[in-house]
Amino acid sequence: MNGEAHTTGPDISASAPSPVTVDLLLSVNRDRHPTTVDTRETLLDTLRERLGLTGAKKGCDHGQCGACTVLVDGRRVKSCLTLTVTLDDREIVTVEGLAGEDGPHPLQTAFVEHDAFQCGYCTPGQLCSAVGMLAEAAAGWPSAVTPDVGGGTSPDEGTPSGGDVPPGDGIRLDDDEIRERMSGNLCRCGAYVNIVAAITEVAR
Amino acid sequence: MSTTTTPPTTLPAREATPYVGSALDRVEGLEKVTGQARYAFEYSPDDLAYAVPVQATVARGKIRTVDVDAAVKLPGVIAAIWHGNAPRLAPPENAELAVLQSREVAYRGQYVAVVVAETLENAREAARLLRVDYQVEEHDVELRADHPEMYRPERVNPAYPADTEQGEPDAALAEAQVVVDEIYSTPAEHNNPMEPHATVAVWDGDGLTLYDSTQGASSVRDTVAPLFGLPPGNVRVVSPHVGGGFGSKGMPLSPVVLAALAAKHAGRPVKLAVTRQQMFAVTGYRTPTIQRVRLGADTEGRLSVIVHDAFEQSSRIREFAEQTATPTRMMYAAPNRRTTHRLVRLDVPTPSWMRAPGETPGMFALESALDELAVACGVDPVELRVRNEPDADPESGLPFSSRNLVACLREGARRFGWAERDPAPGIRRRDGLLVGTGVAASTYPVYRVPSRATARAEWDGTFSVRIAATDIGTGARTVLTQIAADTLRASPERISVEIGDSALPDASVAGGSMGTASWGTAVVRACEALTEELDRRGGEVPEEGLEVSADTAREVGAKRRFAQHAFGAQFAEVGVDPDTGETRVLRLLGVFAAGRIVNPKTARSQFIGGMTMGLSMALFEESVMDREFGDYLNHDFAQYHIAACADVRDVEAVWIEEDDPHLNPMGAKGIGEIGIVGTAAAVANAVYHATGVRVRDLPIRLDRLVR
Repeated sequence: MNGEAHTTGPDISASAPSPVTVDLLLSVNRDRHPTTVDTRETLLDTLRERLGLTGAKKGCDHGQCGACTVLVDGRRVKSCLTLTVTLDDREIVTVEGLAGEDGPHPLQTAFVEHDAFQCGYCTPGQLCSAVGMLAEAAAGWPSAVTPDVGGGTSPDEGTPSGGDVPPGDGIRLDDDEIRERMSGNLCRCGAYVNIVAAITEVAR
Repeated sequence: MSTTTTPPTTLPAREATPYVGSALDRVEGLEKVTGQARYAFEYSPDDLAYAVPVQATVARGKIRTVDVDAAVKLPGVIAAIWHGNAPRLAPPENAELAVLQSREVAYRGQYVAVVVAETLENAREAARLLRVDYQVEEHDVELRADHPEMYRPERVNPAYPADTEQGEPDAALAEAQVVVDEIYSTPAEHNNPMEPHATVAVWDGDGLTLYDSTQGASSVRDTVAPLFGLPPGNVRVVSPHVGGGFGSKGMPLSPVVLAALAAKHAGRPVKLAVTRQQMFAVTGYRTPTIQRVRLGADTEGRLSVIVHDAFEQSSRIREFAEQTATPTRMMYAAPNRRTTHRLVRLDVPTPSWMRAPGETPGMFALESALDELAVACGVDPVELRVRNEPDADPESGLPFSSRNLVACLREGARRFGWAERDPAPGIRRRDGLLVGTGVAASTYPVYRVPSRATARAEWDGTFSVRIAATDIGTGARTVLTQIAADTLRASPERISVEIGDSALPDASVAGGSMGTASWGTAVVRACEALTEELDRRGGEVPEEGLEVSADTAREVGAKRRFAQHAFGAQFAEVGVDPDTGETRVLRLLGVFAAGRIVNPKTARSQFIGGMTMGLSMALFEESVMDREFGDYLNHDFAQYHIAACADVRDVEAVWIEEDDPHLNPMGAKGIGEIGIVGTAAAVANAVYHATGVRVRDLPIRLDRLVR
């Protein structure tokens, strides 16, 4: 290809349209935010750049690392793959909203005690993911390593946060289950061993 | 089980102190788990705009034209900047930093333009619409040991000679009873800290503030200021929390310069984050290596000769020569030895530091070769290493101030259950898997460089310690608090350690496993001086407070009388699916000798973290060069795999007591990098033991095991 000309960028002669915006009501950590968003905007960018909630992190922006994990109606989602325009009137919880009135969430305390992070950048995603994961397991949702997949509600039937799951239906979370269920959240510092220990303590 | 090899010292014995050596929780732990810890991109000054870079889409050539018309017509676009309209920079020492200064393209992915807009969405769209027309030239991106342009670099990182030779290695190889002569290779690997490199750049007249994701605020200031013709005092770099670096944020690279340049041109504060994909081109990586290792020994496995030749790459615009063969200069006794490094400049991105540059790929080759020698001689691989333990540094002849490799091997063998090991390969099955165990040694040099610190006593009985150190996840803020607490004889709650800001006293970069040694020395000296001053005043603190400073330039600059390295032994157990070749690391144990451990909790995390990255290197990591288009092809986490939670099962790290009075006031060696060194070799050696297949090319992929 020596000497060839090479041009990149799309050939767009018509002028590009203006951004499309939508007004909606975002509910984040029990606060209501009337917000106008660009329809191209992801929840992650809305949280970080518009609402000043920088707890959720951008590690890849492609749903591959889990650093942006937040809870929407109690289920863990990757906020970098979620368009904000789809979230009118949904309950969003970020790492900033995990603590209760009486102090940090037990997982937050356990993460500190077990040194389940180093740089801390994946940590908000790990924590939101762990909260969602514990609820999924309590609701009996199986994982790829669950030996008996007979019991529990399926992910399509209701959410695990409802509190109406009968006791005894939960999955016992051994190390294999926790590792499998937490594998959507990458940690480059290599804190996995301590993350599993921290979650185990809270799961008991 | 202290096995110090050093002579008795006249220094006063350091008694066990209350805080150094205790498992203090990370002092910023609560901030990190509640989302309050603020990283570079999370600073939002008033009137800010967003910058999105554009990358070259050819591997070599010249930019003919840049058409910004469509981009700048988009609503909300403030500027489109390229070499034709970019502010001029003073020529930098590192040509990577001359961003948008010429039409030359040195590698695919190099930054060629940047768009600034009111919102991130607009900036991204505008960057997409920018049209760049290239005069394409033929490129060469393939590393080969026989490349005709291979040359001997003057020095290898950071300042070692490229080649060394002792005795008569060729004659010794010819005479040796047992010879191992093999080629090993390691692929390009990318650091991939979870936080992509990011900068918020704010100009105020001739002053520039950079909220930057960096391992060294002082060094970013000193590098960036002259590019813009500014004295260093006009630039301030703020980086209180950094989401990992592993070397890739060790020196300022093109993104921080691009952010500053974009903000200057746009006349607005600018935020710029490198995308995960862009990180594979513009933020450095570990060079691929091709290594030939030749060992000559007697039938008992005693080495008479070691030859280690390394072949590596760098870019056209900057020479980065990794010190791949340097551990071979000091690991084992052998009267005859040669190490060489050869480099070829290709149309590729510039490689840089990645966790234990040199030691990591070099020890994969050396420690794999040692295992092959153990097999060839029928000697246990732990015993083989013990037999080749040198009395002094083989290269310099200097005594080691402490060297406890043998103790690590013995302790690891005991804990791992090594004694029951049957050396025969490929004969053990458990749960349908072929299982095996392997061992490798680990090492990392002791570095220390000058830093400054201040210590201040307040009237209310609290103290503050200030130093432009960086905590990239190492626990630096925590261990410096412990070190200050002991020196000040005060509890950690009364001490605030301020780091991560170039406005604080100058500090060295968080790299080379030298943070605790370098910064800790400055903190100790400052706190000692403050304590003396307080004692002189009978403990009275004036109302305005009392502050002293320390500079360790003279102390650290003194000539060394010892060879100083940390050591370790890595043990791995693997299970390999005999049908698919899928390899799982079932167990990893690291035993380290790294001087005094300042904080057992954060130290264990560092060791385990390094070992986990080593496991990842052994099984997954490989940046694949696209020969046709000249780019790292698998440039995201979907294609460049790093270890996930399910890959990491039983990993444990322990250490032995090591009392070395010749290091620094803490008696500590660095621990940030040694954890990754030797892990991949231990895994590959275990895979050989499990399967009988010797994998000499990382990573240990399925296709390398299924025959």
